[in-house]
Amino acid sequence: MASAAIIEKSPRWWNSRFVRRFMRHHLAMLGVAMIVILILACVFGPYLLPYDELYIDLRARFAPPFTGYHIFGTDPLGRDLAARLFNAGRISLLVGFFAMLLSTVVGTVVGVTAGYYGGRTGAVLMRIVDAFLSFPSIFLLLALAAFIKPSPFMITVIIAVTSWMEIARIVDAEVRSLRERDFVLAARMVGLSNSTIMFRELLPNAIGPIIVAATLTVARAILLEAYISFLGYGIQPPLPSWGNMLNGAQQYLESAPWLAIVPGIAITLAVTSFNFIGDGLRDALDARSDLV
Amino acid sequence: MTRYLLGRLWQSLILLVLVSMIGFAVLNLAPGGPLSQYTLTPGMTQEALNRIAEQMGLNRPLPVQYADWAWHLVQGDWGKSYRDSRPVLSIITEHLPATLLLMGSSTLISVLLGTWVGVMGATRRYSTFDYSATVGAMIALSIPTFWFGLVCIYIFSVRLKWLPAGNMYTIGNGSIGDYVSHLIMPSVVLALVNVAIWSRYMRTATLDVINQDFVRTAKAKGVSPRRVLFKHVLGNALLPMITLAGLQLPTILGGALVTETVFTWPGMGRLFLDSLGYSDYPVIMGLLMFSAILVLLGNLIADLLVAFVDPRVRLG
Repeated sequence: MASAAIIEKSPRWWNSRFVRRFMRHHLAMLGVAMIVILILACVFGPYLLPYDELYIDLRARFAPPFTGYHIFGTDPLGRDLAARLFNAGRISLLVGFFAMLLSTVVGTVVGVTAGYYGGRTGAVLMRIVDAFLSFPSIFLLLALAAFIKPSPFMITVIIAVTSWMEIARIVDAEVRSLRERDFVLAARMVGLSNSTIMFRELLPNAIGPIIVAATLTVARAILLEAYISFLGYGIQPPLPSWGNMLNGAQQYLESAPWLAIVPGIAITLAVTSFNFIGDGLRDALDARSDLV
Repeated sequence: MTRYLLGRLWQSLILLVLVSMIGFAVLNLAPGGPLSQYTLTPGMTQEALNRIAEQMGLNRPLPVQYADWAWHLVQGDWGKSYRDSRPVLSIITEHLPATLLLMGSSTLISVLLGTWVGVMGATRRYSTFDYSATVGAMIALSIPTFWFGLVCIYIFSVRLKWLPAGNMYTIGNGSIGDYVSHLIMPSVVLALVNVAIWSRYMRTATLDVINQDFVRTAKAKGVSPRRVLFKHVLGNALLPMITLAGLQLPTILGGALVTETVFTWPGMGRLFLDSLGYSDYPVIMGLLMFSAILVLLGNLIADLLVAFVDPRVRLG
């Protein structure tokens, strides 16, 4: 009876130390709130507006924000900027999310393999990671975009191609530090296969840093998509994205500055939020932050 | 020292080979491969294409093609531009100084400002200044560089008319003041992200040093706080920053490309974008390889510099 009282009941996940620490991080909570609002706006916003993103209101071309029927104003063709912004958000956030997913999978597989096998295999894999990191990612991204027919799927793939290395490095370091531990030895003696040890035994230990890096990768992917679409090599119109809404905004900077300002604020909000969340997760995972 | 030097050189060489392999793979991704420029010629037949492919050696096995391509690269034969048939390498080196000028001035801003913010944050940890610097850095890292450039153009060129909106100089006016006024906005815009990164790392590096025994000893000896900060703390905290500067090179170079496109700065980034518009694959490939080599070289120099300054590295 007495011993039962000593065994602490393990708390539910929403009450764990990690979650509580994360909830205390004001900026991260602000980030979560902003992302939720952005996602809700992008999912439901288009249904609430009287115009769809392709409707051309010729009498209201270049309408400034907050003046007429168009809350965020209109573009040079008289299309409603708010409707375009929300629809563009769907594309930009989806591209960011799936690029993160893909680069996390690739980076994790490469990192676990390199860390677990080590030796020559590990060295070769990690040198490939180094080589990829030697290219300024924007150069590599634009070169690939120039060679490949752009579609939202291909844009997602090439953003992932230029963003998986960070995670590979993190996972490699983490797995390398664990692979000589007793539990790995035990798993091997029991006769578990290499892939089971890699993905079922070792990988769960590295999940924290992976989630942090993945969150930051979403931010980075949104930025990269915005930039190549701004230059006209990313998402192609008429499909709107936050980046390609800025394409052409520069020539109207004098007459219609809101064309540049509105989508830019959306991008900045989304990227800042993901960076805040990533920072909060990092602090929450860092055991040392309890001491200060 | 020699051993460290040779080891480091060998490492860079291996990386260079890997980089060239990735570059070659990208080249072969081009729709129609290196043949693409001929497929567009009117009246081109499959037969003629096959003949050209044979002349260009495209029917050889890939490793042979790679070796041939790499050998030409080493000899400085980087191919000819589709646009004006000039050698790729000389086109690139023509655009290099403008990019280096932009990167240099922007790095100067970010190092000075970033060091100051980082050291202030570390010496006044958890103060209002430190907190706002942390949040500010995160927001600075999140603002798209090209958009920030547009906003700056709108404020300082369109509204206030203080600074020119683009280019490196006014035609017919080559005075230093003219160059500087064109340089200010792009270098500040490019510095934004780098100040953020530099100040974060500088804060950590300073915190690592500030609590060490030799700093306490110096303080106990009665060395003035200013001298402790500049000589003992800063001298040691800046050491890891040399490596960081090398590692940040791809980011700065990529950022320069972004900034150049917004400010029509006549550097490598502008050239890259123009070449994309013309599907000028040899120049695109050349710039891709050139930028990677620049990065490898930068990292090598940074590491050698650290080894030169810090005996722990070269002897350990």
